[in-house]
Amino acid sequence: MASILKVENLNSYIGQYTILQGVDIEVKKGEAIAILGRNGAGKSTLLKTIMGLVNTRSGSILLGEDSLVGIPTYDIANKGIGYVPEDYGVFDYLTIAENLKLAIRNDTKDGDDRIAKVYDIFPDLRKASERMARTLSGGQRQMLSISRALVNDNKIILIDEPSKGLAPVVIETLAVALKEISKESTILLVEQNFSLACAIASRYYIINEGRTVVNGKIEDLIQDTQLQATHLGI
Amino acid sequence: MDIFLTLFINGLSEGALIFLVSSGLAIILGLMGVVNFAHGALFVWGGYAYVWIYQMTNSFILGILAAMLIVFILGIIFEKFFVSRLYGNAPAQILITLGLNIVFIEIIRLIWGNTPIAIKKPDFISGTTIINGVTISHYRILLIIIGISVLIIVNYILKNSKTGMVIRAGVQRSDMVQALGINIRLYFTIVFAAGAALAGLGGALYAPLAGNVISTAGANNQILAFIAIVIGGLGNFSGTAKASFLLGLMNAFVAWFIPSFAVVTNVLVMAIVLAFKPEGLFSEGRKSILRLAVKK
Repeated sequence: MASILKVENLNSYIGQYTILQGVDIEVKKGEAIAILGRNGAGKSTLLKTIMGLVNTRSGSILLGEDSLVGIPTYDIANKGIGYVPEDYGVFDYLTIAENLKLAIRNDTKDGDDRIAKVYDIFPDLRKASERMARTLSGGQRQMLSISRALVNDNKIILIDEPSKGLAPVVIETLAVALKEISKESTILLVEQNFSLACAIASRYYIINEGRTVVNGKIEDLIQDTQLQATHLGI
Repeated sequence: MDIFLTLFINGLSEGALIFLVSSGLAIILGLMGVVNFAHGALFVWGGYAYVWIYQMTNSFILGILAAMLIVFILGIIFEKFFVSRLYGNAPAQILITLGLNIVFIEIIRLIWGNTPIAIKKPDFISGTTIINGVTISHYRILLIIIGISVLIIVNYILKNSKTGMVIRAGVQRSDMVQALGINIRLYFTIVFAAGAALAGLGGALYAPLAGNVISTAGANNQILAFIAIVIGGLGNFSGTAKASFLLGLMNAFVAWFIPSFAVVTNVLVMAIVLAFKPEGLFSEGRKSILRLAVKK
């Protein structure tokens, strides 16, 4: 199957600090891939580097045949990447409906239908659609953030720690929704919550100190407690 | 009673003029956090551009449109070549916009000289009407209409258009706006230029009211505009509108009853607001300077 996203020997930096120093990943159409690793390993930076929010020093990032290195963030997004940051990135002074409307790209013709569809996935958002985002709970903000990535026909969706800071009951709801979304979308998921990652992803990459060190099928990782202990501290 | 009505209309028209200048400042400050000290120069350029085109064409409308267009282009130049390099660096922004203010005022002096250029109100709007003993200047009524129209249009754009949504979103998270596929830099340029064009409109409308245009006219109007945005709440658009009209009315009444207090009162009110309600008189409790008060 053709790869949607291919990252090779990626090095990136923030200020004077090199964060990524050799990341290789490949995501194929329809896959859900988990990026795992300890705190500070460079997982979130990988997503930010793909989005052009962190500077690339060397290496390549290909979306299909298109290189994403050195082009502005808005161009990267317009090539068909949805991004869900770890702090949700919702706009507090816009309503839920406005947050969704703003996310619809010019080339998306069925935006209204897609908004109706995300309201079906997250009915809470439909009920509160005219509420300002600043009044939402953490779980609702996360739902809104994910929904924004669903209102376009994206080639891939990058999701950064969707369970972060959420109550277990909310994480369960989110897991069900993400599993459903993964049936129709290609997902690159950064997640600290091992069980959530296992519930959604079919393959994984482990990043340690800015490098990809191991990859494989998620069911093999579930069996390999030694690997979990070494790289994930579980 | 007659004098009160006359002063009220004069005050509203002064307020409309202050609002045209301060609204541009409020938008630029609200979206981009840029304190634009070159706004006075943009105001004066609006005045001179109006006079230049009006003297050539004898058309009030063309003069106004040309003034807005020329100052819009100046706004693009200011943002693209100077301000855009200094986002997030307030001291550098202040210095560079102050520098631009001086340079562009000097350019005016080079082109048009240092002496005031007289300009009359257009004939169709220069008259007055007396209703029940109250003298109403047609030009002042026009200023009030334009001021209120700009307030309604800009408010509508901020609340209901995609541009407005981008502005409100960009105030908070410009990186995330970009991650949604929107070129926020382009919006920054357009908004800066639009704010500049409003200053140009103010300058163009001020010249016929004052009866002349002079290169120093920007300083006083810029100070009034800054007072309005401080009283209204820095970066708060609707608060700035209320503050502008309040200042206009206050100016008119104080200048009539206690003329020597006219200037002092503005600064005094600003000082009191800064001391006791630094988030602004009309800020509705919001303390950040980077909030456009656009309520749904």
